[in-house]
Amino acid sequence: MGIRERLSGNEAAAIAMKQINPDVVAAFPITPSTEIPQYFSTFVSNGAVDTEFVAVESEHSAMSACVGAEAAGARAMTATSANGLSYMWEMIYIASSLRLPIVMSLVNRAVSGPLNIHCDHSDAMGVRDSGWIMLFSENNQEAYDNLIMAHRIAEHKDVLLPLMVCQDGFITSHSIENIELIEDDKVKEFVGTYKPEHYLLNEKEPIAIGPLDVQSYLFEHKYQQAEAMRNAKKVINEVAKDFEKMTGRKYSFFEEYQMEDADIAIVCMNSTAGTVKTVVDELRANGIKAGLVKVRMFRPFPAEEIATALGNVKAVAIMDKSDSLNGAGGALFEDVTSAMYVNQKQVPAVSYVYGIGGRDTTAKDIHEVYSSLQEVVKEGKVTNPYRYVGLRK
Amino acid sequence: MSTSINKNTPASDMTIGGNIYEAGNAIEFKTGDWRSIKPKYISEKCTQCGLCFPVCPDDAIPVGEDQKRKDFNYDYCKGCGVCAKVCPFNAIEMVDEG
Repeated sequence: MGIRERLSGNEAAAIAMKQINPDVVAAFPITPSTEIPQYFSTFVSNGAVDTEFVAVESEHSAMSACVGAEAAGARAMTATSANGLSYMWEMIYIASSLRLPIVMSLVNRAVSGPLNIHCDHSDAMGVRDSGWIMLFSENNQEAYDNLIMAHRIAEHKDVLLPLMVCQDGFITSHSIENIELIEDDKVKEFVGTYKPEHYLLNEKEPIAIGPLDVQSYLFEHKYQQAEAMRNAKKVINEVAKDFEKMTGRKYSFFEEYQMEDADIAIVCMNSTAGTVKTVVDELRANGIKAGLVKVRMFRPFPAEEIATALGNVKAVAIMDKSDSLNGAGGALFEDVTSAMYVNQKQVPAVSYVYGIGGRDTTAKDIHEVYSSLQEVVKEGKVTNPYRYVGLRK
Repeated sequence: MSTSINKNTPASDMTIGGNIYEAGNAIEFKTGDWRSIKPKYISEKCTQCGLCFPVCPDDAIPVGEDQKRKDFNYDYCKGCGVCAKVCPFNAIEMVDEG
């Protein structure tokens, strides 16, 4: 029935990688994800894994090495944060367009500048259109579970896309919490062996990967990526069902917390959801019908499903831990409101940018958001849709 | 398979990422129209020394069964001029495409 432990988010990710035992890990240290390759390299040194650990000189090389390894026919993993991901950016697109199911642990941190090593989601939002599947994790348990499910999703023949598992820097990555680990042999069986159909080291089939793709072809290849992203939805659900059979832990595209009869709702991702749940419980105790939608699967985006989930609320706040700096709300806000418009769900919606650069977001802040939603319900309209919480104006 | 893919092939029949699953298919890709200057083969100066065809980055200098080079195949010559540079006998002259 699992192994009870207490681990930080980074330890949980490193242990997931140990149990997955990939062929290649190429990574470069950057706060706050440094510990993942650090712990993993000790597993390599101690012979706990068979992995070839490539101590590269930069994140661009880390992703390049993962691309090379995966194209060769190996299972490759990496971990990074913030500017590390920025430095990978060119190869991030190469990985997804070459349809290489690389799995990355992204420990979310603000992209400089000014220089800041603390948590926000600006790193992840920078690659939201890069063709990677993106799963977000509220805590160490979800960061671990999402990684165990990752390869089954990414390597599925109808998907073949790279996947990143996000967790909040420091808040999750460095906080020790209880966790239930899965036994090594069960993980091994669940994840399975990587058997690519085509790969460079197959001496029986000499192939070319990444050729020039001129005007007559790139459009169709991008459409194939979009189709693979659409296919991923089904696969993500199937893998979650198998995972639930093994562990009893249920995963969906998003978690609905007290949403059945909710009047006011918050949509957010990662660790803040834990704070929101506490506030929802407090509000419910006072007869206020508050709810939460915690997005796990950000890419592909569950547009239709999320519109349905929010269709009956009287007001919704979408909280972004990254400002798109476009004067029109954060990325999650744009995706949620677009989904609702297309699916004809007319609900007053407010964008809240919060927690930038590791700014603490307290239960008091969340109470403030719900109070403002009550005001919106009372007034029946949104006068100022682009708001901030926890900011000194 | 990949070599039969052309500009009318629908996305559903194309390989992912533009992957090519057969070897030796550069012959399908005619790059001659990239050329702005072209090499002229002066056969009377040529000693068949064999220095030119190995340096051709494409397939523009055919060599026969008799081990002798023939005139250029302009379907593949991009006009890079490497062959002219390497020829010790001035048997290759670069001229305007015209």
